[in-house]
Amino acid sequence: MRVALFVTCLADLMKPGVAFAAIRLLEHGGCTVEVPQAQTCCGQPAYNSGDRATAIALARKVLDEFEGFDYVVAPSGSCGGMVRAHYPELFRDDPATLKRIEGLASRTYELTDFLVNVLKLESVPGDFKGTVTYHDSCSGLRELNVKAQPRALLALLPGVTLTEMNEAETCCGFGGTFSLKFGEVSTQLADNKCGHACATGADAIVGGDLGCLLNIEGRLRRRGDLKSQVLHIAEVLAGETEG
Amino acid sequence: MELRSNEFKARAAANLGNEKLQKGLGLIKVKAVVNRANAVAEFGDFETLREAGKEIRNRALADLDLYLERFEREATARGAVVHWAENASEACRIVVDIAKQNGVKTAAKSKSMVSEEVGLNDALIEAGIEPIETDLGEYILQINDAEPPSHIVMPVIHKTAEDVADLFHAKHGTPRKTDPAALTREAREILRPKFLSADMGVSGANFLIAETGSTLIVTNEGNGRLCTTLPRLHVAITGIEKVVATLEDVSTLLRLLPRSATGQAITNYVSLHTGPKRLEETDGPQQFHIVLVDNGRSKLLAGEMREMLRCIRCGACMNHCPVYQAVGGHAYGWVYPGPMGNILTPSYVGLENAVALPNAATMCNQCGVVCPVKIPLPDLMRKLREEQMVRGLKPWTERAGLALWGWAAQRPALYALGTRIAVRFMKWLGGSEKLIHRLPLASGWSDGRDFPAPAGRTFRELYKERRT
Repeated sequence: MRVALFVTCLADLMKPGVAFAAIRLLEHGGCTVEVPQAQTCCGQPAYNSGDRATAIALARKVLDEFEGFDYVVAPSGSCGGMVRAHYPELFRDDPATLKRIEGLASRTYELTDFLVNVLKLESVPGDFKGTVTYHDSCSGLRELNVKAQPRALLALLPGVTLTEMNEAETCCGFGGTFSLKFGEVSTQLADNKCGHACATGADAIVGGDLGCLLNIEGRLRRRGDLKSQVLHIAEVLAGETEG
Repeated sequence: MELRSNEFKARAAANLGNEKLQKGLGLIKVKAVVNRANAVAEFGDFETLREAGKEIRNRALADLDLYLERFEREATARGAVVHWAENASEACRIVVDIAKQNGVKTAAKSKSMVSEEVGLNDALIEAGIEPIETDLGEYILQINDAEPPSHIVMPVIHKTAEDVADLFHAKHGTPRKTDPAALTREAREILRPKFLSADMGVSGANFLIAETGSTLIVTNEGNGRLCTTLPRLHVAITGIEKVVATLEDVSTLLRLLPRSATGQAITNYVSLHTGPKRLEETDGPQQFHIVLVDNGRSKLLAGEMREMLRCIRCGACMNHCPVYQAVGGHAYGWVYPGPMGNILTPSYVGLENAVALPNAATMCNQCGVVCPVKIPLPDLMRKLREEQMVRGLKPWTERAGLALWGWAAQRPALYALGTRIAVRFMKWLGGSEKLIHRLPLASGWSDGRDFPAPAGRTFRELYKERRT
């Protein structure tokens, strides 16, 4: 099974370890993982800012680079959701490309969804020990129905105890460029999230999207909490929680 | 209503620090979110019901002209008078004319957001007619120097019982009391004689039923019934999009509306108004006027915001919106707050007059998944953002930033070089703490948050090394 890793721009720049962890998990599941080298971004920042032309150009680029694989996997519900839930709309007036895009969309998965529903993993290489609480990212949850998958995977780690926070499904306030344009509101929502997460007493706040995680960690550190870990689910499952 | 939507950012930020407001807003989660969730769970297959609601509204909108004509015919045949208002000032003029022709001095009003939208109270006052809000929340706002509502269903959610206690004490000159039941009794004692003496009752309409020419309102306080039956005139004012084909259709929508709004299976009162008092009847108004307001709605019908016209005004989108929950309704600066307002306000008052609103959302889609008629609210906001881009309504900094980033992202070699430099710079900014306290050009982030510094090399650099 040839699987292309859609690295995502945030993992590429901010947390390369997440992409390496994703590769490790996919290889653990028996996949041949390839990383198309010319990939950059799925185009969501442009799409949600109203720059449709740039979003279409980047979607075409992704299509050309990823079309030839059996599956495309992204360690992000946000980028995965962009491809699956939004790319088709961008090409609604271009039937030839739409057909190709729909094919790509149907083969594109968020990482935990792929591990559970396609690879049907029954073990993971990680050895994390401690209590964790899981933040459900909006796009993964509401566009791709990612809810049970990360929890099922965490349950494969004998050292992990999951303690659910209140309002786990409420937005952390990131929202891409929203976090810059409406900084005060975004910070308040991040603060609410930190409050709920910390109230569980968990050692680590875990999630599936780096945007949310940077937002939560950023607020947590500003609140003076230098101890709680903020980790991507791939890092926890793969046992690569550094870098 | 005074339009202040372009002040969204400043007012939202100010409201975050308003402790009293935050206390009031906290109740939304308890009252509306939890109650809705319970009502939906108790109902069972709410998804099928939402789909049915969507279809009913779509059918009505597909032949809106025909249903409105049918409504007019049926209503007229039953003795009502139907008026058509193209815009806000025409709507006000029609109601004022009706009042003047009939020597009306006071008008008892039940809750109507369309009357807020067209500014009916001001128009009545200007014509020497006293409007009296009889919905408890709207009454509180009216005696507080005509403060605008902050929610379409719970207009005083921004106030605490203490606020109301102070207000009643000051305005009524009665001993201060804080018990909500006692406050309600006090308002009732003041309002009851006003119902009895009002010459005209004004209501909105949650739905218009084409096959019977009826208007329908849902209320919990019973004031709607008094307003529409006691005075000798009843004027119902509502938007043209509220029409549905049949009573059968309305019965489906009535299963969706209260559950989505307040978590009730049904409201305390559901009132259907079909024509004025008939000869053999003992009560009801002598005249029944129905004012159907366009005010921008027909323009939406032909455009990309068409789906917004399905809206049945339950308020679930704002109740579930994390931004609304944090900043409250007044920040949105017009009649309709929250996600629905992010679309309706720019649509009705002009995109240039509400520049922030379509952007004032994280696109979390919590609104979209609770909407009883499945309006894809984030998608519509995004369409408005696209229109802003085309019309040059976005700040040049955002446009320039996007253009530069978009240009580079289509040139992998250049992008790789640029990102390598960027992550090294960010690593340096983070220092030994590995935290960036001030982000250049992004104070919106770093005023309230640190930024976890990157490791200093991109994944693609590292990957290439490991594989060779």
